[in-house]
This record gives sequence, C-alpha cells and structure tokens, in this order.
Amino acid sequence: MTEVLDFIRTNLELIYIIILIIFIGIEVIKHIPAVLHTPLMSGANALSGVVIVGAILVMLHADPENYLALGLGFLAVVLGIINVVGGFAVTNRMLEMFKKKK
Amino acid sequence: MSIALSIVYLFAAVSFIYGLKLLGHPETAKRGNTIAATGMIVAILGTLVLHELTVTPFVYILIGIAILLGTIIGWVIAVKVEMTKMPELVSLFNGFGGASAVLIGLVEFGNNIGNTSQMATIVAAIFIGGTTFSGSMIAWAKLAGKMWKDIRLPKYNLINNIVLLGLLAFAVFIVLYASDNTLYAYLLMLVALLYGVLLVIPIGGADMPVVISLLNSLTGIAAAITGVLYGNMVMLMGGILVGSAGLILTFAMCEAMNRSLGNVIFGAFGEEEAHAEHAHHATKGVIKKTTVSDVAILMNYSQRIIVVPGYGLAVAQAQHAIHELEQILESRGIEIKYAIHPVAGRMPGHMNVLLAETNVEYDKLAEMEDVNPEFANTDVVFVVGANDVVNPAAHNDPASPIYGMPILDVENAKQIIVNKRSMKPGYAGIENELFYNPKTSMLFGDAKSTIQELITELKGM
Repeated sequence: MTEVLDFIRTNLELIYIIILIIFIGIEVIKHIPAVLHTPLMSGANALSGVVIVGAILVMLHADPENYLALGLGFLAVVLGIINVVGGFAVTNRMLEMFKKKK
Repeated sequence: MSIALSIVYLFAAVSFIYGLKLLGHPETAKRGNTIAATGMIVAILGTLVLHELTVTPFVYILIGIAILLGTIIGWVIAVKVEMTKMPELVSLFNGFGGASAVLIGLVEFGNNIGNTSQMATIVAAIFIGGTTFSGSMIAWAKLAGKMWKDIRLPKYNLINNIVLLGLLAFAVFIVLYASDNTLYAYLLMLVALLYGVLLVIPIGGADMPVVISLLNSLTGIAAAITGVLYGNMVMLMGGILVGSAGLILTFAMCEAMNRSLGNVIFGAFGEEEAHAEHAHHATKGVIKKTTVSDVAILMNYSQRIIVVPGYGLAVAQAQHAIHELEQILESRGIEIKYAIHPVAGRMPGHMNVLLAETNVEYDKLAEMEDVNPEFANTDVVFVVGANDVVNPAAHNDPASPIYGMPILDVENAKQIIVNKRSMKPGYAGIENELFYNPKTSMLFGDAKSTIQELITELKGM
C-alpha cells in the first residue's frame, strides 16, 4: 500500500497529464461522422508511429560497440518510420480524393 | 533534455491534438493530417539534432540509413496500395509500430538490468507491443486472404484467458524477481506474440476493422509506455491520445455494426450456432431470378435509380465499373445516386473512400438518414454486394441478431434488383427476407463482370 502511495506521490504530475489527455482524445474523436472512420483510423495509426522517437533514442544512447543494441535499434527505426511515413501518406491520399470532388 | 528540444516536443504534442481534432471534420481533415505529420517530422528532427549526447558518426550514419530506408518503403507502399486494400494496410503499418516498441523494450531491458522502477515500463512495452505486432500480422494475413479460415481452437476463450493470465503473471514475476536476465525479456516477447496470435485468430473477417482499431489503440499505449521510460512527453502524449481516440473509434465502429466489443472478441463461438439455427427457420418463399438484359431495359426506362454498394462490390473491385454505369445512365437523363450505409465496404467509411477514388461526385453519395425517405419514390434500387445493411429483419424481427441495426429501407422502392454471387448469407449469417420480397429480382454473378455486362447491354440500346 505504501508503495502505491509513494508511486502516486512521485508521479502525480504524470498521472494528471495522462488523465487529461485521455479526456482530450475522447472529446476530439466523439461524434465523428462514419464517412471519416477509415481515414481517421489510418491517421491515428500514423500518429502511434511516434514510437519512432524512442527508437531513435535507443540508437543515440547505444554504445557504438554494442552491435545487438544497434541492430535492434536499426530495425526499430526502420519499422517505426514505415508506420509514420506510410500512415500519413496513405491518409493524405485518401483525403485528397475526398477533396477534389467538392 | 535541452530547453530547445522541450519546446520542439511541446509544439509537436500540440500539433498532434490539433491535427487529430481537424481530422474529425470532412472539410478540415486533410489539413489536420498535414498538421499532425508536420508535428511528427519536427519531433523526429528535433530528437536527432537537439539531444545532448555524444554520438559517433557511425551511429548517425546508421540512423540516417534506417530513416531513409523506412521512408522509401513506407512511401512506396502508401502510393501504390489499392484503396480496397486499406484495412490490411492499416493493420500492417500498425504491426510495424508495435514491433518497434518491442525492439525498444528488448534493448532497454539489457540497459536497465536490475532497475526495478524502469523494468515495469519496459516489460509492459514488450508485452503490449508484442501482442499488437503478432495480432496485427494475423489480421493482415486474414484480410489479405492469405489465411482462409477462422481457426477456432476448442474452448479458445478459456485458452486465451489462461494465456493472458499467465502472461500477466510472468510479466509481474520478471519485474519483481527476474529483471537481471535478458533471456526473460525474449521469453516474454514470445509469449506475448503467441497471445496476439490466439487473440485474433478466431475473429471473423467482417469484425476485423474493429480488431484493427483496437490494436491501433494498443500500439498507442505501447508508444506512451516507452514515452514514460524516456520521460519523453511527445511520445507520452501522442501515445495516450491515440490510445483513447482509438478506443472511442473502436466503440463507434461497434455501434455502427450493432455489435458490442465483448461480442466481437469473445462472442464468435456459441453465437455461430444460434445464427445458423435462426437462418434455418427464416428460409421462406421463392426467389425471382432476372437477367442482365432485363435489368438493362428496366434501368433504361427508369427515372430515379439508387445504387446500394456493399462489401461484395469492394471485394470484386467493381467501384470503377459502377461509376461507368452511373455515367451512362446519367447521360440518358436518369437521376442516379448512391446510398451509403455507414459500415458499407470492408471497414466503416470505406465505401466513401472507394467511390471517391473513382471520382463519383460528392453530392451523389447520400448518407443513410438523408436517403431513407427517398426510396418510396425511387423506381429501381440496385443493391450490389450488400446484404445485412438492407435486411428488413433489423426492423421487424426481434429475434434477429441484427435487430435494431439502422438499415437502408430499400424495400420501399418500386423495384429492387439485388446483385450477389450466390444466396450465401452475409457476415451476420442470417437469411435476408428482402430477397423473397415480390418486388425483388436477383441478378446472380460477380459484381464487376455483371456490371460490365450491364454496361455493354445499355450501350447497345
């Protein structure tokens, strides 16, 4: 129990932020028209590629002699950036088609 | 972290929220996507340039190669993919994001041996990332038609839940007692991969969009967890944002399909039999078949036609053919429009994307609420590859599994032509009494070739 309270005490700001962002996420997406479900899913998917920042940090932190860490980090960067670039590009392609018929 | 990098991350985080907000409205969606993408580029460049670490040129070159390689691959896939393949594409990309989180977790496990406070986040990243990766890959394989059957182990719900509990127990064990051996990290990854496979394997193709949306939400959470690990706010915010938005989107999709999330994930089994039994009872009446030339004549002498495109049209890739048919009929002074059910296509909102691709005019795409009153003064409704979304059982059969789902009221039209490959029921597995309606004629055949024959027939008139 004391560990839990300690955890809450030391991470209080973090907990506030997480709860607030959860509500922001819900509010931002609520009442979205079904027309946009597909592009939105693809756009949100691209956003989750933010994990790429962590992959880059892994490589930046890695010891240049540690080939395992560099190798895994390399793969993580490649996969993460595919998620980001592919996700945003294909979302853009979809929305482009919606737009030109206006 | 330098103050400059913090400001860059702050900018990126705000652009994510604002971009996602704009993505939710048809007029601003494209701008929203651009804004979110800009935030992402800024965050990536900032991380590369503004860190305060000593990094050898060798590592920089490696990172550069990785980014270049991934960008080219991602770009080429995004530009080349067919719009009908959207569900599996999102799934594939999502799996990559999950895999990235697992790899980060594996490396950081080695870096944080014995560090219990960090270990919890690392283990969670491997756990969630691994499940998302293998789950997304299975979803991708199923949607791409590389795996045909929905494989259901006996008592799969029980097995899945036991594996999940075991996975959780193992994760807790590692954090508390075994954070000194990297081998455990790899073992945990393997179990997480197994769980992802077990989770998605029994789920049917039509429910897959819901699963992808859920897995997408999980990737966001995995990204957020790695953000906690690095104390990195942009990862944390971006990840949580996708996590909660993805969950809401998942529920919205479930609602549009008249399914509950629990039903999608745990329900596939016992329900199947109930459906089959129900279908058996509902079979009644006779169906009336028609031919391409009859339909061509009928259409040619109509004044108002409404096309109801569905999953079958998407699978047959008949979206260009239907647009050509529309143009021919239009040129003969016939009023024609499309009635789009929210879940038509292979995933919610997919039909709008497919028809948009063929340059169908925006005002020809009518949404369900707007078009329903118009069916009464429509001469011909042409239902192409749609089934459950036009099933009157949703209105008048409380025993039906789709009872209560909003549908297109095509039965109010004067004539109904239904193009289907066979009498096989739709994904809800139930009979459709619309097919036995005296006003309905069935035009059997593959959507694409049937519509092309119709076009040829009409051109000869």
